Amino acid sequence: MRLLLYFAIFGMVIAQGFWAYTENYETQKALNDAQKLQSQIAEARARLGVLNAEWAYLNRPERLHELVDMNFDRLQLLPLRPEQFGTVGEVPVKDPQSSDLPPALELSELEGSE
Amino acid sequence: MIRKPLRPLALVLEARSQGRNPAEIERENVRARHEQARDRSRLRAESRLLVLILAFLSLFVLVGVRMGTLSMSEPMEPQSAYTGPSIVAQRGNILDRKGRILATNLDTYSLYATPQDMVDPLMAAEGLAEIFPDLDQQDLTRWFTGERKFLWVKKKLSPEQKQAVHDLGEPGLKFGPREVRLYPNGRLAAHVLGGASFGREDVAAAEVVGVAGVEKTFDAFLRDPTYAGEALELTLDLTIQSAVEHVLRGGMTLMNAKGAAGILMDVNTGEIVSLVSLPDFDPNDRPAPPTQGNPADSPLFNRAVQGVYELGSTFKIFAAAQALELGLVQPDTMIDIRGPLKWGKYRITDFHNYGNELSVHDIIKKSSNIGSARLALEIGAERQRDFLTQLGFTEQTSVEMVEASGGRPKFPAKWEDISTITISYGHGISATPMHLAAAYATLTNGGYKVTPTLVKQDYIERGPRVISPETSRQVREMLRDVVREGTATFGDVQGYAVGGKTGTADKPIPTGGGYYEDRVIATFASVFPSHDPKYVLVVTLDEPELATEVEPKRTAGWTAVPVSAEIITRIAPLLGLRPEIEPAR
Repeated sequence: MRLLLYFAIFGMVIAQGFWAYTENYETQKALNDAQKLQSQIAEARARLGVLNAEWAYLNRPERLHELVDMNFDRLQLLPLRPEQFGTVGEVPVKDPQSSDLPPALELSELEGSE
Repeated sequence: MIRKPLRPLALVLEARSQGRNPAEIERENVRARHEQARDRSRLRAESRLLVLILAFLSLFVLVGVRMGTLSMSEPMEPQSAYTGPSIVAQRGNILDRKGRILATNLDTYSLYATPQDMVDPLMAAEGLAEIFPDLDQQDLTRWFTGERKFLWVKKKLSPEQKQAVHDLGEPGLKFGPREVRLYPNGRLAAHVLGGASFGREDVAAAEVVGVAGVEKTFDAFLRDPTYAGEALELTLDLTIQSAVEHVLRGGMTLMNAKGAAGILMDVNTGEIVSLVSLPDFDPNDRPAPPTQGNPADSPLFNRAVQGVYELGSTFKIFAAAQALELGLVQPDTMIDIRGPLKWGKYRITDFHNYGNELSVHDIIKKSSNIGSARLALEIGAERQRDFLTQLGFTEQTSVEMVEASGGRPKFPAKWEDISTITISYGHGISATPMHLAAAYATLTNGGYKVTPTLVKQDYIERGPRVISPETSRQVREMLRDVVREGTATFGDVQGYAVGGKTGTADKPIPTGGGYYEDRVIATFASVFPSHDPKYVLVVTLDEPELATEVEPKRTAGWTAVPVSAEIITRIAPLLGLRPEIEPAR
């Protein structure tokens, strides 16, 4: 009986030792992963910073002015003027009675043409 | 366990036969048994003590060893804790009010040389001179072949330059990582941002330090790792700033002015939406401060917050507003303006003869010096000084730029009656355009004191009341009529009900002794829309001169006013202001 108890305790010690080692290794692996991720985040952040800076640089008003001037033939962009404000009332409303669309095709006509 | 009897029969019988007392046997046995029990319990106690000693010993050893390893080990950052987006060892960005980048950081490299490691110093010098045209090959050769063991070649390299230097294959040329401040918008808002340069430098790193503008004012905040790269948000709007700068630059060229300043301020909060000073500079390559000549002519000089000028007739509205507020006059009260007004040895005259008397309203509209002087004399020196103090004209503005402390207004130490007279039309007192913008905002927003600010805040508390809402309304009506039919008719922008006051002040001769005949500071301080004020715009041109057929025009009505009108036309739609039909009074 006592021997059985001893064996059980010994076995438990072995099992716990095994468990402790596994946990230890898993923790270390998780830490390594976290560190790797953090360096990746830092890299991504640096890249983001550069991209943001580049975006700001490419969108600087001076360059946009130049682009507008260069593409004036095609785009004809001009500064916004007060006259360009409109009201909803100025938008022409289409009269549903007088439709400019061609009349709907009759299915029977389509079939007949074939 | 076999229990030994205390009175074994054999021994008892033997003792009886020998005539001894058998009880002795029992006593002897009891004694032996006691002795045995005592020995056993001592052994047990001793072994327990031993175990206890061992246990404590091992505990103490454990604690001791742990303390030893802790004290000897290198400190290490916690790896498991989530650090979040916080750990950024970078200077914070500066953003505009809509989150667009005004200043950020870029990783780059610096180039340094250790001549003793060089394989071929002559080739290195030749190669570097080819890559960097601004370096002299002979200087480089001399340095590389001389005694020096270490020298900086370039503080900042572009990636292309770095590759080119790398391709030289010279082991004595080395790179150090650098973080540089980048202003992607170039010259835009250069005076506000200021600039940055390197502080303490090392091969491995260098600190970036703000040298002017908000970069210097908020240097501690931008560098502080506890704020962890948090961005500084300004009230500037990049689009508006660009439009104002564009129009002002065009106007400055057209009017042949040598400098210009423009301030656009929210009339209620004092938030500065645009602040322009021309000529300007590129903060990415900030020029060195001038060592000779007038520092006010340097592009580094911020005319809007550092330039202290006599702002001329723009001050007349202060006399009128105060007289109205004190109840001395009504807008239609007639004032005697027969000139010239003689005071001691001084003679005050008007630009034109406006007749014998004008109403207060028309004094502002026609800009009569004599009329303003009469109003000021009724107010008196002390009350005038108090009122201008309330409007902020006796100390520097509190704009969050280091340069603002240089914009200390100049006013007479002894505020006599003659000072009262000249100050009423903006002479004898000098202030910055920023002072003027804040004062105009205070007068037109319904009478609350406005403190100009550059930093975006969630909530800006309303300042104390300076004038009544009724006086503020009367002031706005007068300013509106100046534009409608007075001295600033070129300033009318349809749909935006611009109101404002012109000011043309002769420039004082710096060596002393009076004023220039042909050099002026032309200012137009305006508010729009005047029936429901949203923004204050102050435009100042330094020495404008519009060549016409008859004679050169220098007054603000011909120079600063049309430029302001063009600025308002451009920016009002961008600010989201829809043109409105002015309500009838």
